[in-house]
Amino acid sequence: MLEAISKMFDPTFPSSFVNFSFLPKFAPYFIDGIMYTLALSVVAVLLAIIPALLLALMRLSKNKLIHHLSGAYIAIFRSTPLMVQLAIIYFGVFYIIKVPRVYIGFVRLDMFLPFVISLALNSSAYVAEIFRAGILAVDAGQTEAARSLGLSQWQAMKLVVLPQAIKNVLPALANEVVTMVKESSVCSAYGMGELMFAAKNVAGTSLISVGPFVFIALIYFCINFPASKAIEAIERRMRRGDKR
Amino acid sequence: MATSAELIRVEHVIKEYNHGAVKALNDCSLSIQKGEVVAIIGPSGSGKSTLLRCLNLLEVPSSGHIYFNGVDITDKKVDINLHRRKMGMVFQHFNLFPHMTVKKNITLAPVQLGLKKQEEADAQANKLLERIGLADKANEYPNMLSGGQKQRIAIVRALAMEPEVMLFDEPTSALDPEMVGEVLDLMRDLAHEGMTMAVVTHEMGFAREVASRVIFMDSGAILEENTPSELFDHPQNPRTQAFLSKVL
Repeated sequence: MLEAISKMFDPTFPSSFVNFSFLPKFAPYFIDGIMYTLALSVVAVLLAIIPALLLALMRLSKNKLIHHLSGAYIAIFRSTPLMVQLAIIYFGVFYIIKVPRVYIGFVRLDMFLPFVISLALNSSAYVAEIFRAGILAVDAGQTEAARSLGLSQWQAMKLVVLPQAIKNVLPALANEVVTMVKESSVCSAYGMGELMFAAKNVAGTSLISVGPFVFIALIYFCINFPASKAIEAIERRMRRGDKR
Repeated sequence: MATSAELIRVEHVIKEYNHGAVKALNDCSLSIQKGEVVAIIGPSGSGKSTLLRCLNLLEVPSSGHIYFNGVDITDKKVDINLHRRKMGMVFQHFNLFPHMTVKKNITLAPVQLGLKKQEEADAQANKLLERIGLADKANEYPNMLSGGQKQRIAIVRALAMEPEVMLFDEPTSALDPEMVGEVLDLMRDLAHEGMTMAVVTHEMGFAREVASRVIFMDSGAILEENTPSELFDHPQNPRTQAFLSKVL
């Protein structure tokens, strides 16, 4: 037992936690992986913003049909595993829609597009709830003041409520990117060459079984921890500026 | 019958919440003539704010009719936005738009509704701000202002729409005592200029001095209405008497 434990910290043992000897040879895999992971997360959340806003407004609508339509979308995407959603969209929807094999920068579009759209569809369900909470957090008196001046419901929403709501939800939106950086790892299951896929690949090729995963764990941490700390700091500062 | 001078007419308005479990207004009828200043007083929870908010349909009555300039605005076919332009409202908590400068607060509605070009609206805003002595605050944000300044700006924001009536919902209740005076002064000026006003207030002194008519409400009903001197000095209803003995 003790021997086995000590072996896990021997840098030359293949299953060791600290065997990083694959690095010199396989570093480019991880660089690619990081770029795809970041591109997936950031683009997915950006793509999610407009649908999410629409879903949130629908959710707040007095029209029962529209309200429930949005509710159903949100419920479905939040109550099924992302991995299952990915499989259905990747094998199903993108079997019908053929994406040409072109490169935009380092991004291979036919690989990237199905996954980023799946992630965006999933994310929009969560971001919709963020927006909804943000809109509801704006004091009802703001809408009343706007309406009392003769502005329509939509003008009040667009000119008075949304600008205040969006400022309030920016930190939560940034947190959604952090979540996506982690969640996007499930794309590796279907061959998307992001960070997790790189680690699996390297582990398989180099026969070093644990090290690559410890290494990407470090990378994920180094991306997300400073990011969430920065978001917290911005949030604190915003709250200080907000005193009424 | 509606006379030509009648601006607002409330007919048998009932407002219920929770499917009738709570009756906020119980068969209220009321008429407001052009140029009148009507003060609405009563204990808290008596329905006076609800009645005021029904006048521009921020609260939609459960039943009854409200006529503005002879038009039944409770009719679903009526575009309430058009009528609200002519009914300014001032709130207890000011409700200035915190993400806009003072000037933008004032010009937003006239410009967005296509009534004025931005330059015209700016000129009007400057004039209004000058009138209340806050021209130097035009480019400040509301959070830089005192409560009294905010409320006076909220008043001129409503005036920028050139309303025919101003509705005040406890406009001084959220103010520090030393700021009440400046807001009441502005309201008094408006009254003297002939603005039609409906004021929900706890300021009995103001009601007595400025109002042409005082309405006493309790439990969602209008119990008594009279000239200020009659209502304050010779209240008829026992509930009015009890209320006034507590607040005067």
